[in-house]
This record gives sequence, structure tokens and C-alpha cells, in this order.
Amino acid sequence: MTQHALIQARDLHKYYPIKTGMFKPNQCLQALSGASFDLYAGQTLAVVGESGCGKSTLARLLTMIEQPTAGQLTLDGIDLGDAHQKEVAKKLRQTIQMVFQDPFGSLNPRQKVGDILQEPLLINTDLNANQRRERVLELMQRVGLRDEHIHRYPHMFSGGQRQRIAIARALILKPKIVVLDEPVSALDVSIQAQVINLLIELQQELGLAYVFISHDLSVVRYIADQVLVMYLGKPVEQGLSEAVFNNPQHPYTQALLSATPQANTGRKRKRIRLTGELPSPLSPPTGCSFHPRCQNAKAQCKITAPVMKQHGDISVACLLVE
Amino acid sequence: MALLEITNLTVDFATAHGSLRAVDQVSLSLDAGDIVAIVGESGSGKSVAMLALMGLLPWTATITADQMSFDGNDLLTMAPKQRRAIIGKDISMIFQEPMTSLNPCFNVEYQISEVLARHFGGRRRSYKHRVIELLEKVGIPAPETRLKAYPHQLSGGMSQRVMIAMMIACEPKLLVADEPTTALDVTIQAQILELLVELQKTNGMALVLITHDMAVVAETADRVVVQYAGQQVENRPVSELFNNPRHPYTEALLSALPEHAQEKTLNAIPGVVPGQLDRPVGCLFNPRCEYAQDLCRQQPPQKNEGILCHFPLPIKPLPPKAISQGETQVIS
Repeated sequence: MTQHALIQARDLHKYYPIKTGMFKPNQCLQALSGASFDLYAGQTLAVVGESGCGKSTLARLLTMIEQPTAGQLTLDGIDLGDAHQKEVAKKLRQTIQMVFQDPFGSLNPRQKVGDILQEPLLINTDLNANQRRERVLELMQRVGLRDEHIHRYPHMFSGGQRQRIAIARALILKPKIVVLDEPVSALDVSIQAQVINLLIELQQELGLAYVFISHDLSVVRYIADQVLVMYLGKPVEQGLSEAVFNNPQHPYTQALLSATPQANTGRKRKRIRLTGELPSPLSPPTGCSFHPRCQNAKAQCKITAPVMKQHGDISVACLLVE
Repeated sequence: MALLEITNLTVDFATAHGSLRAVDQVSLSLDAGDIVAIVGESGSGKSVAMLALMGLLPWTATITADQMSFDGNDLLTMAPKQRRAIIGKDISMIFQEPMTSLNPCFNVEYQISEVLARHFGGRRRSYKHRVIELLEKVGIPAPETRLKAYPHQLSGGMSQRVMIAMMIACEPKLLVADEPTTALDVTIQAQILELLVELQKTNGMALVLITHDMAVVAETADRVVVQYAGQQVENRPVSELFNNPRHPYTEALLSALPEHAQEKTLNAIPGVVPGQLDRPVGCLFNPRCEYAQDLCRQQPPQKNEGILCHFPLPIKPLPPKAISQGETQVIS
């Protein structure tokens, strides 16, 4: 199979300068350092980690809202470094779309559903009103909304329905990649299941590639092909979903998995307790950034920063994993 | 005698479209040291029932109950002033969003000592040591340095700990936690739940946990109340409920979890919780129930062996190995 990757990310970095005072030098916040992955059509990459680990920064880079400080990002075969011409960038933006976490905040309350869904077409295509309406109705049906909903405002819908509208809006330009930023974490389990089923159906039908950002590991395990676990802006473990979930190597992944509650009353489990919270990314710990919270930390962890190394099916950034 | 005894609590809201029944004949009985979870989708009246107990509902709400007593006091006939002396002291509540339930204008010390001064009298300043002690108890590192911190300087997990410190300041007999971990990361969620259970054990406090996360319920609660559209549909011990759900709604909720998925589709429950204007005739769950029959569409069900259903699911025979109720082991 010589299919080319829809997203090729090589060693992506994003730093934000932070002003500390008028005469002091700017500090540098490393929001993302060294993420690399390939994503093919029809596949799902899940990005997992606590809040503040750089998941959303990655999403902003992929959707071209911001430019990476360093590293190479290729979308659909076009290197973003070459895509400074407006035309190329505009075309590329149509191939990658995003669904946001909060279905109550991401839809304009003063626009009707029909207008919300038409707007991308109005900006990016030269379809006439009838064609636009047709496309909107077709997509509304596909995501499980009824035709009469086209004249309603977002406040008239439940959370699950609003998320369907957001998904329809993301798909209206026929993108190849969809970035899903915690698409189901604001929903109830029953509705969550409806939306996940819809996402999987759409993926199979349209051959979409998903970048699925989430902190709910039970959902990730269910939907993802590949998993990327991040801690403080750095990837710590990466690999096929099965391999990572069945045999996690990095102590942080192990802790995350053991902290996820399971709907099973009978089983005894060992729980790894993570003490403390995420350190500030402005002054990350020396060496391995996870060492202050790691139960296996040795003296060398405080000094040497680990790099990603391949161990069988997964790559891990940990000094102690052999 | 039970610590908390609620029978047939009903809450109606007066709205522009007529009266809306948010809670319908809910009963709850709790002893000291119990952990009860109330689960259900949003719109099931979980929070409203508990807010009614706290007396925190707006004037549009009409609360009726056959009985609502706490620790021998009848909450229905009690004078408001007396009731306020109990609320916050013997019964306290943690809310869902830690970031918005703290007052942004006051520092941590002020907010916690205010509770103490209000219920035990004296000056706020005199409770400084007690505040430090409380912050230590909920696991905030270097509490002395956090006294003057304002809520915006704290992370989500930290704010929730401050909320908990405030709520346990008067050593309540009953703590109501309304989705205490929904807004938090899994690692912080595990820490907060552990903290709540530990406090419950050491103080002999009763805990009501409102949540829609079945996994959290399975790991913490002793007993589960499942609520749907304001009605209590099932009320059973946690291991029984998870191994053998008897109400179709409970079964549907459990099988919607991703970890219970058999194939590449999840068993979603079709439709949504009925609202004010689309309440079905008969059993409220019938439009979404896969077992619904004609009787379900005509007549509302009565409690049948404690389960609100015309046709409760059969009792499964016990699995060959008796299931051992294991505590989660903590290594660190």
C-alpha cells in the first residue's frame, strides 16, 4: 500500500514568548516540543493527557490557526513551510476542519442552523443559494437532524443535537481531516454513545482521518487506532492503541490508565497514585519532566532528559524502560 | 433511626408554559456512613432533588413531601432561621464547577473562616489555625502560603479541594457532592474521590454523590439510585445493580459505556430525556425502551419489587464464583 499520509508531523515545536516585565527578557513557554506522527485516511489518532499538556496547541497547529516555531508539518502532501502563498493555504484549510468541545459555546446563538452550516460554503465556494441549501439539507440528514431544523436557533437544541450541528459544519466542505477537541466530554453517556457511533459511521463512509483529543481513556480505547500520550508539551508514549492500552510502558501512561475509573464492581485493581499536579510549563523540571510525580524516579531521571525510543510496537520516552 | 429520611419528594416549577414536574415522588433514606450515588442523564432531576433538601431552590419551585427529616428534625415545618443553622453545618454541598462556586473577590482564608464564624460564632481571624488544618487535611501542599490566594490563582483540582475544605469545616453529618469531579482531569478526579471516601470513613459522614459517570459510581458508592425524568426507577446496592440491572433504563445506561461495547458500534439509547412539553403517556421511558409494549404506552408503571417498571428484567442467577467486593488497593 503506497498511500501517502494525510498528516505528516516531524518534530513539531511551539513556543510562546511570555512578557515578564518592561526591562526583563521575555520568558519562553514551551507549549509543545517534539511531536511527530503520521496519520492516514480512515484512521484515528488520539491525543491524551492532562489539561495543560499541549493537546490543544497541537490542534491549533494542525488546523493552521498558528504556525509551528520549528519542525515540519505536511498536510495532504503539501509542506506547510511552502504554503505561505494565500491560495495554497486557503485550499489546505478546507481539507482540515475542527469540532470543538463545548457545543453550547461553539455555535453562534444569533444564527439559524441553516446559516451556520451555509457560512463555510458562502466563504469558500461559489455555489448558488439552491445548491448550498441542497448540500446543507443533505448533510443535516446524514448527521441525524430533520429538515425543519434548518430554521431553528442553537438554543432550541439539546447538547447532543448541537454537537451534531457542529459535526455537520465541520464536514460541509468535504474535508479529509477532522480535528475533534474533546467532542463528547460535555455529553451524557447515552448521548455520548450516539455521537461516537455517528463519528465512526462518518469515518467509514467518507474515509476521514480523525485527530481525537480527549482525556477520557475509555472512549479513546474504543475509537482510536493510534495513541499519543503527552505530558507537559512532550510526547511520552506513542503507538498502536491496542499495544499502548494492553501494555503501557511509560509510568505516566500507567498512572493515567489506573486513575480511570471502571464500571466494574468486582475487580481488584492496583492504583498508582499520582501526587501533586502538573508543574508550570514556564519552569519545567530538569531532566525527565515527569520525575517529580513518578514513582520509579531514579537519580539519573533528574539530570538526563529522555528521548523517544522504539520498543516493539510503541515508542516511549523514559530512561528506565529497556 | 436513619440520618436522612425523604419520602415522596416532589418538586414542581411554575413556568410560562404551566407547571413542570422536575422531581416526582423520590424517596431516599440514608444512615451515617453510607455512600449513595444518584445517577441519570442531565434533566433527570438529580440536582433539583438535592437542592430541595438544601432549601436552595428559587421561589418558583413548590416542594411537597410526605416526610423530609434530618437527624430527627423535620425540615418541612422548620423555621427558616433554624434551617439555615443546619444547612452548611450539618448538611453541606459541593457543586459541580469548582472555578465558579468560589467567590472570586475573596481569598481562601476569608471564604473558609467565614463558614466557621457563621456557625460557631466569634471572629473570622480567630479561625486561622483551623483553616490551615483544614487545607492540610484536603491535601493542599504548604497551606500557609495558600491562605491569601484568590480563586483565580488556583487550578481546578486545587479549587475543588478548597471547596471541600470549606464544606467539611463544620464536620457535617451529610455531604452532598454534585458532580464533584466532572470538570477535572482523571488523575485529579481519582485524588478527589479518594479524599472524599477517606473523609467519609474517618468522620463517619454520609455522602450523597450525584454523577452521570457510571464508572465513578462503581468504584465509590455502596448503593445506587437511578433517576429518569424526575422519577426514581431503581434503587439497589451497587454490585447487584451492575451485575444484574433490572430496569431497562439502567441496563441501557450500562451498555452505552464504551468499555461494554461488543462490536464497533456502541449501544446508544435513542432519543433524549423528555422535556416539559413532550412527556409521553404511560411509562416515561417507553419511547426509548427496547422492551416497551402496549401496556407501557398506556399506563404509568407502579413500583414493582422496588423497580419502577411494568416488566422488570429477570433476576439473573448468581455467577458460579461469588464476586468479592474488593477495595481498590493504593500503592505509592
